[in-house]
Amino acid sequence: MLISYREALSQAMREEMRRDGRIFLIGEEVGYYQGAFKVSKGFVEEFGSRRVLDTPITEAGFTGLAIGAAMAGLHPIVELMTFNFGILALDQIVNNAAKIRYMSGGQLSVPLVIRGPGSAAHQLGAQHSQSLEAWFCHVPGLKVIAPATPHDAKGLLKSAIRDPNPVIFIEAQLLYSTKGEVGEGEYTIPIGQAEVKRRGDDVTIVAYSKMLLLALEAAEDLAREGVQAEVVDPRTLKPLDVETIVTSVKKTGRLVIVEEGWLFAGLGAQIAEFVYAQAFDYLDAPIVRVTGADVPMPYTRPLEDAAVPDRGRVLAAVRQLIKGT
Amino acid sequence: MDRDDLLSLYHQMLLIRRFEEKSAEMYALAKIAGFLHLYIGEEAVAVGAIASIRPDDYVISAYRDHGHCLARGSDPGKVMAELFGKATGLCKGKGGSMHLVDAQRNFMGGYAIVGGHLPLAVGLAFAVQYQKRDQVVLCFFGEGAVPSGQAHEAFNLAALWKLPVIFICENNRYAMGTPIKREIALYADVVETGRSYGIPAERVDGMDVLAVRTLMRAAVDKVRSAQGPYFVEAMTYRFMGHSMADPAHGHYRTKEEVEEERKRDPLMLLRQTILSAGLGKEADFKNLEREIGGIVAEAVKFAEESLFPDPSALYEDVYVE
Repeated sequence: MLISYREALSQAMREEMRRDGRIFLIGEEVGYYQGAFKVSKGFVEEFGSRRVLDTPITEAGFTGLAIGAAMAGLHPIVELMTFNFGILALDQIVNNAAKIRYMSGGQLSVPLVIRGPGSAAHQLGAQHSQSLEAWFCHVPGLKVIAPATPHDAKGLLKSAIRDPNPVIFIEAQLLYSTKGEVGEGEYTIPIGQAEVKRRGDDVTIVAYSKMLLLALEAAEDLAREGVQAEVVDPRTLKPLDVETIVTSVKKTGRLVIVEEGWLFAGLGAQIAEFVYAQAFDYLDAPIVRVTGADVPMPYTRPLEDAAVPDRGRVLAAVRQLIKGT
Repeated sequence: MDRDDLLSLYHQMLLIRRFEEKSAEMYALAKIAGFLHLYIGEEAVAVGAIASIRPDDYVISAYRDHGHCLARGSDPGKVMAELFGKATGLCKGKGGSMHLVDAQRNFMGGYAIVGGHLPLAVGLAFAVQYQKRDQVVLCFFGEGAVPSGQAHEAFNLAALWKLPVIFICENNRYAMGTPIKREIALYADVVETGRSYGIPAERVDGMDVLAVRTLMRAAVDKVRSAQGPYFVEAMTYRFMGHSMADPAHGHYRTKEEVEEERKRDPLMLLRQTILSAGLGKEADFKNLEREIGGIVAEAVKFAEESLFPDPSALYEDVYVE
């Protein structure tokens, strides 16, 4: 079945909400407005305003409310209109959701999904165009998922909703309308499993969320040049499936990591560290990272384009890596 | 007034008082480390409020949480062991003084980011309403949390969705060392904070355990019958420093002020009530002292004799497997 990323997310939530009455959706404009990005279209009509709750614009308040509800046995899905606004809820996410299990010595748990779009769209300016996944990955107690395809989005969101832990589920505004085949009927995808999206022997490209699409396009270009890239999508950023990445690098000997987030202390740095520690002797050249520029996102199009990884930069990175070895 | 009832309240307050004094002693001996915030002087608030609820109701607190936990009926030995950082502590030594949790008693924890647990309380109340139950949530916090943004978001959501939560502001007049006049614009009218959200709100003498319980019983009845949240401002005073790091008086308040407030010691007030009503004698209080002394000594013994967690426990309880 060919459906959009938006529809895949919607199906996942709808199926799960039909299955389990403890699940509710809460966030800004998720109800009568049908969701800021229409992911929850038709939800308030089907599930009612008891289970689909429009909130005031108070991220700390409603995220904290969801955490409290989870502590008392419900399974909330919090929709952040964007993860930029999630910064207002960071105290709740970091100090409460992530730590309550541990601080209570295992007495309490917080089964909770916090989802919404991250990363840049088009010319939304510095406060609405950020990739903050590394922040969340840094915090013990959280799981972090960033799917790229409709199939993965659906299967992983269903797993996230069923997970007994707090899960940060990062979508992308520019992915909502992309289409792809999803599995028929009921399926889930395990959290913590990467997938090799394209086979190749010459170089490994690790990319997630919308950077995966970029990597796959670049891989097609490279194939025409006679370079076979293997493209690995971690899908889950924490816990990270290091094994799949390392296995690929051991085969290809070269690694390019593509991420939209900022360079310094970005997720790619951690992935590189794992690979250096576990596959150093297999590397034919130093790992190359293609990242967002270390600047607040500029508004104007030429500068925004320069700040976000594009196909040209991925290709240049791979070509340089191949040439240099 | 009933003798057993009054002596039981006194028993609970005395347990907290002596437990806290012993904690301070253990802190001085370096048996307890980190931050330690004592509840001495504020006992009537926790005891009076928690005496008004059912065992299945929820209680959540801030970092000055020993009193609420003990008033909820937690085992003093497990609480002391938690302060000692022992594996037998309520939270296996992973929480500590500021993060006591006793899930069996629906004591949902102490939280140490000021204002940060008020949204959690509202969420517990949301779960009650969602599941069409009739529990109530008691949420304790200091007046220092009142001006915080998270508190206001919580007040608004609770009022907006008519959630069964009782916000209990323990107004001890100092946010750490900053007097209320320098922290809250409407310092004389904290109770109005609740009313400004349309939440019924009352002020009560937080040194008078019977007054606290009477007001709380009315509040609990109202909230339990699905009439939305309630706000209580309990006027109280902490007799010790903010934590073990500062003395009872010093830079920010005078010795005379503390001595003046100690004349309204909540234990002393209840004791006078009992004695003047002829419902108890000095011997009753001596017996209670002896009994509580035994309980606290036993708690310390349990904590002392318990083992620290094995290093292998470090990575346990991060995630639900």
